[in-house]
Amino acid sequence: MPVANVQVSETPQVLYALRRADDALILGHRLSEWCGHAPMLEEDMALSNIALDLIGQAREFYTYAAKIEGKDNDEDKLAYLRDVRQYRNLLLVEQPNGDFAQTLVRQFFYSAFADLYWRAMMNSRDATLAAIAAKSEKESAYHLRHASEWIIRLGDGTEESHVRAQAAIDHLWAFTGEMFAVDAGERDLIRAGIAIDPEGLRGRWLNTVSGVIGEATLTFPQNDWMQQGGRVGRHSEHLGHLLSELQSMQRIFPGLTW
Amino acid sequence: MYTQALNTAEADDRHVEDAARAAQFQARIDAEERIEPNDWMPAAYRKTLTRQISQHAHSEIVGMLPEGNWITRAPSLRRKAALLAKVQDECGHGLYLYAAAETLGTSREELVDAMLAGKAKYSSIFNYPTLTWADIGTIGWLVDGAAIMNQIPLCRCSYGPYARAMIRVCKEESFHQRQGYEIMLTLCRGSTEQKAMAQDALNRWWWPVLMMFGPPDATSQHSDTSTKWKIKRFSNDELRQKFVDATVPQAQYLGLAIPDPGMTQDADGHWRYSEIDWAEFKQVLAGNGPCNRDRMAARRKAHEDGAWVREAAAAYAAKRQHRQTAQAAE
Repeated sequence: MPVANVQVSETPQVLYALRRADDALILGHRLSEWCGHAPMLEEDMALSNIALDLIGQAREFYTYAAKIEGKDNDEDKLAYLRDVRQYRNLLLVEQPNGDFAQTLVRQFFYSAFADLYWRAMMNSRDATLAAIAAKSEKESAYHLRHASEWIIRLGDGTEESHVRAQAAIDHLWAFTGEMFAVDAGERDLIRAGIAIDPEGLRGRWLNTVSGVIGEATLTFPQNDWMQQGGRVGRHSEHLGHLLSELQSMQRIFPGLTW
Repeated sequence: MYTQALNTAEADDRHVEDAARAAQFQARIDAEERIEPNDWMPAAYRKTLTRQISQHAHSEIVGMLPEGNWITRAPSLRRKAALLAKVQDECGHGLYLYAAAETLGTSREELVDAMLAGKAKYSSIFNYPTLTWADIGTIGWLVDGAAIMNQIPLCRCSYGPYARAMIRVCKEESFHQRQGYEIMLTLCRGSTEQKAMAQDALNRWWWPVLMMFGPPDATSQHSDTSTKWKIKRFSNDELRQKFVDATVPQAQYLGLAIPDPGMTQDADGHWRYSEIDWAEFKQVLAGNGPCNRDRMAARRKAHEDGAWVREAAAAYAAKRQHRQTAQAAE
Protein backbone atom coordinates (compact mmCIF):
# COMPACT_ATOMS: atom_id res chain seq x y z
CA MET A 1 0.00 0.00 0.00
CA PRO A 2 1.53 3.30 -1.02
CA VAL A 3 1.76 5.88 1.73
CA ALA A 4 0.42 9.26 0.79
CA ASN A 5 2.51 12.32 1.43
CA VAL A 6 1.04 14.75 3.90
CA GLN A 7 -0.16 18.02 2.48
CA VAL A 8 1.12 21.16 4.12
CA SER A 9 -0.63 24.52 3.93
CA GLU A 10 2.47 26.55 3.26
CA THR A 11 1.52 29.96 4.55
CA PRO A 12 4.58 32.23 4.71
CA GLN A 13 4.95 31.57 8.44
CA VAL A 14 4.62 27.79 8.11
CA LEU A 15 7.02 27.79 5.19
CA TYR A 16 9.48 29.91 7.13
CA ALA A 17 9.59 27.44 10.03
CA LEU A 18 9.63 24.48 7.65
CA ARG A 19 12.65 25.77 5.75
CA ARG A 20 14.65 26.16 8.97
CA ALA A 21 13.54 22.71 10.12
CA ASP A 22 14.48 21.05 6.83
CA ASP A 23 17.93 22.67 6.82
CA ALA A 24 18.60 21.38 10.30
CA LEU A 25 17.24 17.88 9.74
CA ILE A 26 18.99 17.24 6.44
CA LEU A 27 22.33 18.51 7.67
CA GLY A 28 21.92 16.62 10.95
CA HIS A 29 21.12 13.46 9.01
CA ARG A 30 24.17 13.90 6.81
CA LEU A 31 26.43 14.33 9.83
CA SER A 32 24.91 11.31 11.53
CA GLU A 33 26.06 9.22 8.56
CA TRP A 34 29.60 9.68 9.89
CA CYS A 35 28.84 8.06 13.23
CA GLY A 36 31.23 5.13 13.62
CA HIS A 37 33.26 6.03 10.54
CA ALA A 38 35.04 9.31 11.37
CA PRO A 39 38.82 9.83 11.05
CA MET A 40 39.24 9.76 14.84
CA LEU A 41 37.04 8.96 17.80
CA GLU A 42 37.00 12.59 18.89
CA GLU A 43 35.38 13.47 15.57
CA ASP A 44 32.86 10.64 15.88
CA MET A 45 31.88 12.38 19.09
CA ALA A 46 31.93 15.90 17.70
CA LEU A 47 30.03 15.18 14.48
CA SER A 48 27.40 13.18 16.36
CA ASN A 49 27.09 15.98 18.85
CA ILE A 50 26.54 18.56 16.14
CA ALA A 51 24.07 16.22 14.42
CA LEU A 52 22.15 15.91 17.67
CA ASP A 53 21.99 19.68 18.06
CA LEU A 54 20.69 20.02 14.52
CA ILE A 55 18.09 17.28 14.87
CA GLY A 56 16.97 18.97 18.08
CA GLN A 57 16.59 22.28 16.24
CA ALA A 58 14.68 20.54 13.46
CA ARG A 59 12.24 19.03 15.94
CA GLU A 60 11.51 22.42 17.46
CA PHE A 61 10.94 24.09 14.10
CA TYR A 62 8.77 21.21 12.82
CA THR A 63 6.69 21.25 15.96
CA TYR A 64 6.25 24.98 15.60
CA ALA A 65 5.42 24.71 11.89
CA ALA A 66 2.77 22.10 12.70
CA LYS A 67 1.36 24.28 15.45
CA ILE A 68 0.98 27.39 13.33
CA GLU A 69 -0.38 25.34 10.47
CA GLY A 70 -2.99 24.08 12.92
CA LYS A 71 -3.87 20.89 11.04
CA ASP A 72 -3.14 17.25 11.77
CA ASN A 73 0.61 17.38 11.10
CA ASP A 74 3.36 16.88 13.66
CA GLU A 75 7.16 16.71 13.64
CA ASP A 76 7.27 13.14 12.37
CA LYS A 77 4.66 13.58 9.66
CA LEU A 78 6.50 16.62 8.38
CA ALA A 79 9.86 14.85 8.42
CA TYR A 80 8.81 11.39 7.26
CA LEU A 81 5.86 11.95 4.95
CA ARG A 82 6.90 14.69 2.58
CA ASP A 83 8.54 13.83 -0.69
CA VAL A 84 11.61 15.41 -2.24
CA ARG A 85 9.53 18.12 -4.00
CA GLN A 86 8.00 19.15 -0.67
CA TYR A 87 11.33 19.56 1.12
CA ARG A 88 12.44 23.17 1.52
CA ASN A 89 16.07 22.91 2.63
CA LEU A 90 19.10 24.59 1.12
CA LEU A 91 20.90 22.65 -1.60
CA LEU A 92 24.07 23.09 0.44
CA VAL A 93 22.97 20.88 3.33
CA GLU A 94 21.86 17.94 1.18
CA GLN A 95 25.22 17.63 -0.58
CA PRO A 96 26.85 14.26 0.20
CA ASN A 97 29.46 14.04 2.94
CA GLY A 98 32.25 13.34 0.46
CA ASP A 99 35.54 13.28 2.31
CA PHE A 100 36.11 14.89 5.69
CA ALA A 101 37.08 18.17 4.03
CA GLN A 102 33.83 18.36 2.11
CA THR A 103 31.80 17.65 5.24
CA LEU A 104 33.64 20.31 7.21
CA VAL A 105 33.54 22.97 4.48
CA ARG A 106 29.80 22.39 4.11
CA GLN A 107 29.46 22.73 7.89
CA PHE A 108 31.65 25.80 7.95
CA PHE A 109 29.67 27.68 5.28
CA TYR A 110 26.39 26.79 6.98
CA SER A 111 27.44 27.39 10.59
CA ALA A 112 29.04 30.73 9.78
CA PHE A 113 25.65 31.75 8.40
CA ALA A 114 23.46 30.03 11.02
CA ASP A 115 25.37 31.59 13.88
CA LEU A 116 24.63 35.10 12.59
CA TYR A 117 21.11 34.15 11.62
CA TRP A 118 20.13 32.73 15.03
CA ARG A 119 21.70 35.66 16.80
CA ALA A 120 19.56 38.03 14.72
CA MET A 121 16.47 35.87 15.18
CA MET A 122 16.76 36.20 18.95
CA ASN A 123 15.13 39.61 18.38
CA SER A 124 12.23 38.25 16.34
CA ARG A 125 8.80 39.54 17.33
CA ASP A 126 7.68 35.93 17.30
CA ALA A 127 8.47 34.70 20.81
CA THR A 128 8.77 31.04 19.80
CA LEU A 129 11.21 31.80 17.00
CA ALA A 130 13.20 34.01 19.35
CA ALA A 131 13.36 31.22 21.92
CA ILE A 132 14.43 28.56 19.41
CA ALA A 133 17.03 31.00 18.09
CA ALA A 134 18.43 31.66 21.57
CA LYS A 135 19.06 27.96 22.09
CA SER A 136 20.30 27.35 18.56
CA GLU A 137 22.74 30.24 18.65
CA LYS A 138 24.67 28.74 21.56
CA GLU A 139 24.97 25.53 19.59
CA SER A 140 25.91 27.10 16.26
CA ALA A 141 28.64 29.18 17.92
CA TYR A 142 30.33 25.93 18.90
CA HIS A 143 29.68 24.35 15.50
CA LEU A 144 31.32 27.31 13.82
CA ARG A 145 34.35 27.18 16.07
CA HIS A 146 34.76 23.46 15.48
CA ALA A 147 34.45 23.80 11.70
CA SER A 148 36.70 26.89 11.51
CA GLU A 149 39.47 25.16 13.40
CA TRP A 150 39.30 22.22 11.02
CA ILE A 151 39.31 24.40 7.89
CA ILE A 152 42.51 26.03 9.16
CA ARG A 153 44.09 22.70 10.10
CA LEU A 154 43.23 21.14 6.76
CA GLY A 155 44.15 24.17 4.66
CA ASP A 156 47.43 24.74 6.46
CA GLY A 157 48.15 21.08 7.25
CA THR A 158 49.67 18.83 4.60
CA GLU A 159 49.75 19.23 0.85
CA GLU A 160 47.07 16.57 0.51
CA SER A 161 44.75 18.15 3.07
CA HIS A 162 45.21 21.54 1.43
CA VAL A 163 44.25 20.16 -1.98
CA ARG A 164 41.21 18.39 -0.52
CA ALA A 165 40.06 21.45 1.41
CA GLN A 166 40.43 23.66 -1.66
CA ALA A 167 38.52 21.16 -3.79
CA ALA A 168 35.71 21.17 -1.21
CA ILE A 169 35.50 24.96 -1.26
CA ASP A 170 35.50 25.02 -5.04
CA HIS A 171 32.76 22.41 -5.11
CA LEU A 172 30.47 23.86 -2.45
CA TRP A 173 30.87 27.59 -3.00
CA ALA A 174 28.06 27.66 -5.60
CA PHE A 175 25.57 26.56 -2.92
CA THR A 176 26.24 29.45 -0.54
CA GLY A 177 24.25 32.12 -2.38
CA GLU A 178 20.95 30.43 -1.64
CA MET A 179 21.37 31.18 2.07
CA PHE A 180 20.81 34.87 1.32
CA ALA A 181 17.81 34.56 -0.98
CA VAL A 182 14.28 35.38 0.19
CA ASP A 183 10.93 35.21 -1.59
CA ALA A 184 7.99 37.61 -1.39
CA GLY A 185 6.31 35.82 1.51
CA GLU A 186 9.47 35.85 3.55
CA ARG A 187 9.97 39.50 2.66
CA ASP A 188 6.62 40.30 4.28
CA LEU A 189 7.65 38.44 7.43
CA ILE A 190 10.90 40.41 7.48
CA ARG A 191 8.94 43.66 7.30
CA ALA A 192 6.75 42.46 10.16
CA GLY A 193 9.83 41.85 12.32
CA ILE A 194 9.22 38.11 12.45
CA ALA A 195 11.75 36.77 9.97
CA ILE A 196 15.38 37.76 9.57
CA ASP A 197 16.72 39.54 6.52
CA PRO A 198 19.73 37.44 5.50
CA GLU A 199 20.97 40.17 3.18
CA GLY A 200 21.92 42.18 6.26
CA LEU A 201 24.18 39.34 7.37
CA ARG A 202 26.08 38.89 4.12
CA GLY A 203 28.91 41.27 4.92
CA ARG A 204 29.68 39.73 8.27
CA TRP A 205 29.34 36.21 6.88
CA LEU A 206 31.83 37.02 4.15
CA ASN A 207 34.17 38.52 6.73
CA THR A 208 34.13 35.40 8.87
CA VAL A 209 34.49 33.09 5.90
CA SER A 210 37.29 35.00 4.20
CA GLY A 211 39.14 35.38 7.50
CA VAL A 212 39.21 31.64 8.09
CA ILE A 213 39.87 30.77 4.45
CA GLY A 214 42.75 33.24 4.41
CA GLU A 215 44.27 31.87 7.60
CA ALA A 216 43.92 28.41 6.13
CA THR A 217 45.95 29.57 3.07
CA LEU A 218 42.96 28.68 0.88
CA THR A 219 41.24 30.82 -1.76
CA PHE A 220 37.77 31.52 -3.11
CA PRO A 221 36.92 30.02 -6.49
CA GLN A 222 36.83 32.23 -9.58
CA ASN A 223 33.39 31.07 -10.67
CA ASP A 224 30.72 32.98 -8.75
CA TRP A 225 27.65 31.30 -10.25
CA MET A 226 25.18 30.47 -7.47
CA GLN A 227 22.92 27.40 -7.66
CA GLN A 228 19.45 27.71 -6.16
CA GLY A 229 16.19 25.80 -5.96
CA GLY A 230 16.08 23.97 -2.63
CA ARG A 231 13.77 26.50 -1.00
CA VAL A 232 11.06 25.73 -3.58
CA GLY A 233 11.68 21.98 -3.79
CA ARG A 234 13.98 21.86 -6.84
CA HIS A 235 16.70 19.76 -5.30
CA SER A 236 19.82 17.96 -6.37
CA GLU A 237 19.52 14.24 -7.11
CA HIS A 238 21.08 13.49 -3.74
CA LEU A 239 18.10 14.41 -1.60
CA GLY A 240 15.81 11.67 -2.90
CA HIS A 241 18.25 8.99 -1.82
CA LEU A 242 18.67 10.55 1.59
CA LEU A 243 14.89 10.69 2.07
CA SER A 244 14.32 7.14 0.89
CA GLU A 245 16.62 6.01 3.68
CA LEU A 246 15.39 8.44 6.32
CA GLN A 247 11.74 7.69 5.63
CA SER A 248 11.96 3.97 4.91
CA MET A 249 10.33 2.72 8.12
CA GLN A 250 7.39 5.11 7.92
CA ARG A 251 6.90 4.26 4.27
CA ILE A 252 7.12 0.46 4.75
CA PHE A 253 4.98 0.40 7.90
CA PRO A 254 2.47 3.20 7.47
CA GLY A 255 0.73 4.73 10.45
CA LEU A 256 2.44 2.81 13.24
CA THR A 257 3.87 4.11 16.49
CA TRP A 258 7.49 3.31 17.19
CA MET B 1 52.49 9.22 23.22
CA TYR B 2 49.39 9.76 25.38
CA THR B 3 51.03 8.31 28.46
CA GLN B 4 53.83 10.78 28.97
CA ALA B 5 52.27 12.34 32.03
CA LEU B 6 52.75 9.24 34.07
CA ASN B 7 55.49 9.13 36.61
CA THR B 8 58.29 7.03 35.18
CA ALA B 9 60.79 7.43 38.00
CA GLU B 10 60.36 3.81 38.93
CA ALA B 11 60.38 2.66 35.35
CA ASP B 12 63.57 0.70 35.72
CA ASP B 13 62.60 -1.39 38.65
CA ARG B 14 58.84 -1.56 38.57
CA HIS B 15 58.81 -4.71 36.50
CA VAL B 16 61.16 -6.49 38.84
CA GLU B 17 59.19 -9.19 40.52
CA ASP B 18 60.12 -9.98 44.01
CA ALA B 19 58.28 -12.00 46.55
CA ALA B 20 58.03 -9.22 49.12
CA ARG B 21 56.50 -6.77 46.68
CA ALA B 22 54.12 -9.35 45.32
CA ALA B 23 52.96 -10.18 48.82
CA GLN B 24 52.53 -6.51 49.67
CA PHE B 25 50.56 -6.02 46.45
CA GLN B 26 48.27 -8.93 47.21
CA ALA B 27 47.77 -7.63 50.76
CA ARG B 28 46.60 -4.30 49.37
CA ILE B 29 44.18 -6.08 47.06
CA ASP B 30 42.89 -8.22 49.91
CA ALA B 31 42.35 -5.06 51.95
CA GLU B 32 40.19 -3.73 49.07
CA GLU B 33 42.65 -0.92 48.33
CA ARG B 34 42.69 0.47 44.81
CA ILE B 35 45.82 0.03 42.73
CA GLU B 36 46.74 3.27 40.94
CA PRO B 37 48.84 3.79 37.76
CA ASN B 38 52.10 4.65 39.50
CA ASP B 39 51.88 1.87 42.05
CA TRP B 40 54.00 -1.21 41.69
CA MET B 41 52.09 -4.12 40.18
CA PRO B 42 53.04 -7.57 38.88
CA ALA B 43 53.69 -7.61 35.13
CA ALA B 44 50.96 -10.21 34.69
CA TYR B 45 48.44 -7.95 36.43
CA ARG B 46 49.36 -5.12 34.08
CA LYS B 47 49.09 -7.40 31.08
CA THR B 48 45.75 -8.89 32.10
CA LEU B 49 44.23 -5.48 32.71
CA THR B 50 45.63 -3.96 29.54
CA ARG B 51 44.09 -6.82 27.61
CA GLN B 52 40.76 -6.63 29.40
CA ILE B 53 40.35 -2.84 29.32
CA SER B 54 41.45 -2.51 25.71
CA GLN B 55 39.11 -5.34 24.65
CA HIS B 56 36.38 -3.51 26.43
CA ALA B 57 37.28 -0.29 24.59
CA HIS B 58 37.41 -2.08 21.22
CA SER B 59 33.98 -3.55 21.95
CA GLU B 60 32.51 -0.12 22.56
CA ILE B 61 33.92 1.16 19.28
CA VAL B 62 33.00 -1.86 17.14
CA GLY B 63 29.67 -1.86 18.97
CA MET B 64 28.91 1.51 17.37
CA LEU B 65 28.55 -0.22 14.00
CA PRO B 66 25.53 -2.52 14.44
CA GLU B 67 23.49 0.24 16.05
CA GLY B 68 24.91 2.93 13.81
CA ASN B 69 23.39 0.86 11.01
CA TRP B 70 19.95 2.21 12.08
CA ILE B 71 20.67 5.85 12.86
CA THR B 72 19.76 6.98 9.35
CA ARG B 73 16.62 4.81 9.34
CA ALA B 74 15.24 5.34 12.86
CA PRO B 75 11.45 5.47 12.60
CA SER B 76 10.84 8.79 14.36
CA LEU B 77 12.84 11.91 15.13
CA ARG B 78 12.75 11.11 18.84
CA ARG B 79 14.14 7.62 18.22
CA LYS B 80 16.73 9.00 15.82
CA ALA B 81 18.04 11.47 18.40
CA ALA B 82 18.02 8.87 21.18
CA LEU B 83 19.88 6.30 19.08
CA LEU B 84 22.45 8.80 17.90
CA ALA B 85 23.01 9.91 21.49
CA LYS B 86 23.39 6.30 22.57
CA VAL B 87 25.94 5.45 19.92
CA GLN B 88 27.77 8.63 20.80
CA ASP B 89 27.83 7.50 24.45
CA GLU B 90 29.46 4.26 23.34
CA CYS B 91 32.15 6.18 21.54
CA GLY B 92 32.67 8.15 24.74
CA HIS B 93 33.00 4.90 26.68
CA GLY B 94 35.59 3.72 24.18
CA LEU B 95 37.62 6.90 24.58
CA TYR B 96 37.34 6.72 28.34
CA LEU B 97 38.45 3.12 28.41
CA TYR B 98 41.38 3.67 26.06
CA ALA B 99 42.48 6.40 28.45
CA ALA B 100 42.19 3.98 31.37
CA ALA B 101 44.21 1.37 29.43
CA GLU B 102 46.86 3.96 28.62
CA THR B 103 47.53 4.46 32.32
CA LEU B 104 49.00 0.96 32.22
CA GLY B 105 51.63 2.08 29.73
CA THR B 106 50.35 1.15 26.26
CA SER B 107 49.24 3.95 23.93
CA ARG B 108 45.84 4.15 22.30
CA GLU B 109 47.50 3.93 18.86
CA GLU B 110 49.16 0.65 19.73
CA LEU B 111 45.96 -0.75 21.16
CA VAL B 112 43.92 0.30 18.13
CA ASP B 113 46.55 -1.03 15.75
CA ALA B 114 46.39 -4.40 17.49
CA MET B 115 42.63 -4.48 17.01
CA LEU B 116 42.82 -3.46 13.36
CA ALA B 117 45.48 -6.10 12.77
CA GLY B 118 43.10 -8.70 14.19
CA LYS B 119 45.38 -9.39 17.16
CA ALA B 120 43.04 -8.04 19.82
CA LYS B 121 39.52 -9.22 20.46
CA TYR B 122 36.23 -7.42 20.95
CA SER B 123 32.93 -8.77 22.21
CA SER B 124 31.53 -11.57 20.05
CA ILE B 125 28.05 -10.05 20.17
CA PHE B 126 28.87 -7.27 17.73
CA ASN B 127 29.46 -9.80 14.98
CA TYR B 128 25.73 -10.31 14.59
CA PRO B 129 23.70 -8.17 12.17
CA THR B 130 20.96 -5.66 13.02
CA LEU B 131 18.27 -6.57 10.50
CA THR B 132 15.21 -4.77 11.78
CA TRP B 133 14.34 -1.87 14.07
CA ALA B 134 13.46 -4.40 16.78
CA ASP B 135 17.15 -5.35 16.89
CA ILE B 136 17.86 -1.87 18.21
CA GLY B 137 15.40 -2.41 21.04
CA THR B 138 16.78 -5.88 21.70
CA ILE B 139 20.37 -4.71 21.80
CA GLY B 140 19.49 -2.04 24.35
CA TRP B 141 17.45 -4.42 26.43
CA LEU B 142 19.61 -7.56 26.30
CA VAL B 143 23.11 -6.61 25.14
CA ASP B 144 23.31 -3.56 27.37
CA GLY B 145 21.53 -5.52 30.09
CA ALA B 146 24.18 -8.25 29.90
CA ALA B 147 26.93 -5.64 29.80
CA ILE B 148 25.59 -4.08 33.00
CA MET B 149 25.60 -7.47 34.75
CA ASN B 150 29.24 -7.82 33.78
CA GLN B 151 30.22 -4.25 34.56
CA ILE B 152 28.54 -3.49 37.88
CA PRO B 153 31.05 -5.71 39.72
CA LEU B 154 33.85 -4.02 37.75
CA CYS B 155 33.00 -0.75 39.54
CA ARG B 156 34.78 -2.43 42.47
CA CYS B 157 37.68 -3.71 40.37
CA SER B 158 41.04 -3.44 42.13
CA TYR B 159 42.48 -1.17 39.43
CA GLY B 160 41.39 2.39 40.23
CA PRO B 161 41.13 3.96 36.76
CA TYR B 162 39.11 1.01 35.42
CA ALA B 163 36.79 0.95 38.42
CA ARG B 164 36.13 4.67 38.15
CA ALA B 165 35.52 4.45 34.40
CA MET B 166 33.01 1.68 35.02
CA ILE B 167 30.96 3.77 37.44
CA ARG B 168 30.22 6.31 34.75
CA VAL B 169 29.83 3.74 32.00
CA CYS B 170 27.31 1.76 34.07
CA LYS B 171 25.14 4.82 34.65
CA GLU B 172 24.87 5.40 30.92
CA GLU B 173 24.40 1.71 30.11
CA SER B 174 21.54 1.53 32.54
CA PHE B 175 19.86 4.39 30.72
CA HIS B 176 20.43 2.61 27.41
CA GLN B 177 18.97 -0.58 28.78
CA ARG B 178 15.77 1.17 29.84
CA GLN B 179 15.59 2.89 26.47
CA GLY B 180 15.92 -0.47 24.69
CA TYR B 181 13.25 -2.03 26.85
CA GLU B 182 10.97 0.89 26.11
CA ILE B 183 11.42 0.29 22.36
CA MET B 184 10.47 -3.36 22.93
CA LEU B 185 7.46 -2.36 24.99
CA THR B 186 6.27 -0.04 22.23
CA LEU B 187 6.66 -2.81 19.65
CA CYS B 188 4.90 -5.37 21.81
CA ARG B 189 1.98 -3.03 22.38
CA GLY B 190 1.88 -2.19 18.67
CA SER B 191 0.59 -4.07 15.64
CA THR B 192 0.85 -7.82 15.09
CA GLU B 193 3.65 -7.11 12.65
CA GLN B 194 5.57 -5.10 15.25
CA LYS B 195 5.19 -7.76 17.90
CA ALA B 196 6.38 -10.42 15.46
CA MET B 197 9.36 -8.21 14.71
CA ALA B 198 10.15 -8.05 18.44
CA GLN B 199 9.85 -11.83 18.84
CA ASP B 200 12.05 -12.46 15.82
CA ALA B 201 14.73 -10.17 17.23
CA LEU B 202 14.63 -11.92 20.60
CA ASN B 203 14.91 -15.27 18.85
CA ARG B 204 18.04 -14.20 17.02
CA TRP B 205 19.77 -12.38 19.91
CA TRP B 206 18.98 -14.55 22.92
CA TRP B 207 21.68 -17.19 22.55
CA PRO B 208 24.44 -14.85 21.35
CA VAL B 209 23.68 -12.64 24.37
CA LEU B 210 24.10 -15.58 26.75
CA MET B 211 27.48 -16.22 25.10
CA MET B 212 28.56 -12.68 26.00
CA PHE B 213 29.35 -13.87 29.54
CA GLY B 214 32.10 -16.06 28.14
CA PRO B 215 32.81 -19.78 28.25
CA PRO B 216 31.42 -21.92 31.07
CA ASP B 217 33.36 -21.83 34.35
CA ALA B 218 34.72 -25.32 33.83
CA THR B 219 36.67 -24.17 30.76
CA SER B 220 37.45 -20.52 31.52
CA GLN B 221 41.15 -19.69 31.26
CA HIS B 222 41.59 -16.41 33.08
CA SER B 223 39.24 -16.61 36.01
CA ASP B 224 41.51 -17.86 38.78
CA THR B 225 44.10 -15.11 38.78
CA SER B 226 41.53 -12.47 37.86
CA THR B 227 39.53 -13.46 40.92
CA LYS B 228 42.61 -13.41 43.17
CA TRP B 229 43.39 -9.91 41.91
CA LYS B 230 39.79 -8.79 42.35
CA ILE B 231 39.45 -7.85 38.72
CA LYS B 232 36.69 -10.40 38.48
CA ARG B 233 34.30 -10.94 41.36
CA PHE B 234 31.77 -13.35 39.90
CA SER B 235 32.26 -16.28 37.57
CA ASN B 236 30.92 -16.34 34.00
CA ASP B 237 28.20 -18.82 34.91
CA GLU B 238 27.16 -16.88 38.01
CA LEU B 239 26.71 -13.69 36.00
CA ARG B 240 24.93 -15.53 33.20
CA GLN B 241 22.47 -17.05 35.68
CA LYS B 242 21.84 -13.66 37.28
CA PHE B 243 21.14 -12.21 33.85
CA VAL B 244 18.75 -15.00 32.87
CA ASP B 245 16.88 -14.71 36.17
CA ALA B 246 16.48 -10.97 35.72
CA THR B 247 15.50 -11.20 32.05
CA VAL B 248 12.87 -13.94 32.01
CA PRO B 249 10.25 -11.87 33.91
CA GLN B 250 10.99 -8.92 31.63
CA ALA B 251 10.28 -11.07 28.57
CA GLN B 252 7.10 -12.33 30.22
CA TYR B 253 5.96 -8.78 30.85
CA LEU B 254 6.50 -8.04 27.15
CA GLY B 255 4.58 -11.15 26.22
CA LEU B 256 7.57 -12.56 24.36
CA ALA B 257 8.77 -16.15 24.48
CA ILE B 258 12.39 -16.92 25.31
CA PRO B 259 13.53 -19.16 22.44
CA ASP B 260 14.45 -22.01 24.77
CA PRO B 261 11.62 -24.56 25.02
CA GLY B 262 13.65 -26.57 27.54
CA MET B 263 13.87 -23.73 30.04
CA THR B 264 12.52 -24.52 33.50
CA GLN B 265 12.32 -22.74 36.83
CA ASP B 266 13.86 -24.66 39.71
CA ALA B 267 12.71 -24.75 43.34
CA ASP B 268 14.96 -21.80 44.24
CA GLY B 269 13.35 -19.69 41.55
CA HIS B 270 16.31 -19.82 39.15
CA TRP B 271 15.54 -20.19 35.46
CA ARG B 272 17.58 -23.09 34.10
CA TYR B 273 18.46 -22.65 30.45
CA SER B 274 19.39 -25.31 27.94
CA GLU B 275 22.88 -26.09 26.68
CA ILE B 276 24.53 -23.19 24.86
CA ASP B 277 25.97 -23.88 21.43
CA TRP B 278 29.63 -23.26 22.27
CA ALA B 279 30.67 -24.36 18.80
CA GLU B 280 28.96 -21.25 17.41
CA PHE B 281 30.72 -19.09 20.01
CA LYS B 282 34.10 -20.52 18.99
CA GLN B 283 33.38 -19.88 15.33
CA VAL B 284 32.47 -16.25 16.02
CA LEU B 285 35.62 -15.76 18.11
CA ALA B 286 37.64 -17.34 15.30
CA GLY B 287 36.36 -14.66 12.92
CA ASN B 288 33.54 -16.62 11.33
CA GLY B 289 30.51 -14.84 12.76
CA PRO B 290 28.02 -13.35 10.30
CA CYS B 291 29.58 -9.86 10.48
CA ASN B 292 33.21 -10.26 11.63
CA ARG B 293 34.58 -9.39 8.22
CA ASP B 294 32.23 -6.45 7.75
CA ARG B 295 33.02 -5.00 11.18
CA MET B 296 36.76 -5.21 10.71
CA ALA B 297 36.51 -3.84 7.18
CA ALA B 298 34.45 -0.87 8.41
CA ARG B 299 36.89 -0.03 11.21
CA ARG B 300 39.89 -0.40 8.89
CA LYS B 301 38.26 1.76 6.26
CA ALA B 302 37.49 4.52 8.78
CA HIS B 303 41.07 4.35 9.99
CA GLU B 304 42.63 4.36 6.53
CA ASP B 305 40.30 7.00 5.08
CA GLY B 306 41.00 9.19 8.09
CA ALA B 307 44.78 8.92 7.90
CA TRP B 308 45.20 12.10 5.84
CA VAL B 309 43.05 14.03 8.35
CA ARG B 310 45.11 12.90 11.32
CA GLU B 311 48.30 13.68 9.40
CA ALA B 312 46.98 17.16 8.58
CA ALA B 313 46.13 17.82 12.22
CA ALA B 314 49.60 16.70 13.31
CA ALA B 315 51.32 18.75 10.59
CA TYR B 316 49.33 21.84 11.49
CA ALA B 317 50.05 21.43 15.21
CA ALA B 318 53.77 21.12 14.43
CA LYS B 319 53.71 24.22 12.22
CA ARG B 320 51.93 26.18 14.87
CA GLN B 321 54.36 25.08 17.54
CA HIS B 322 57.22 26.08 15.30
CA ARG B 323 55.69 29.52 14.66
CA GLN B 324 55.09 30.10 18.34
CA THR B 325 58.65 29.14 19.18
CA ALA B 326 59.95 31.44 16.45
CA GLN B 327 57.75 34.29 17.72
CA ALA B 328 58.93 33.81 21.29
CA ALA B 329 62.54 33.95 20.12
CA GLU B 330 62.04 37.32 18.43
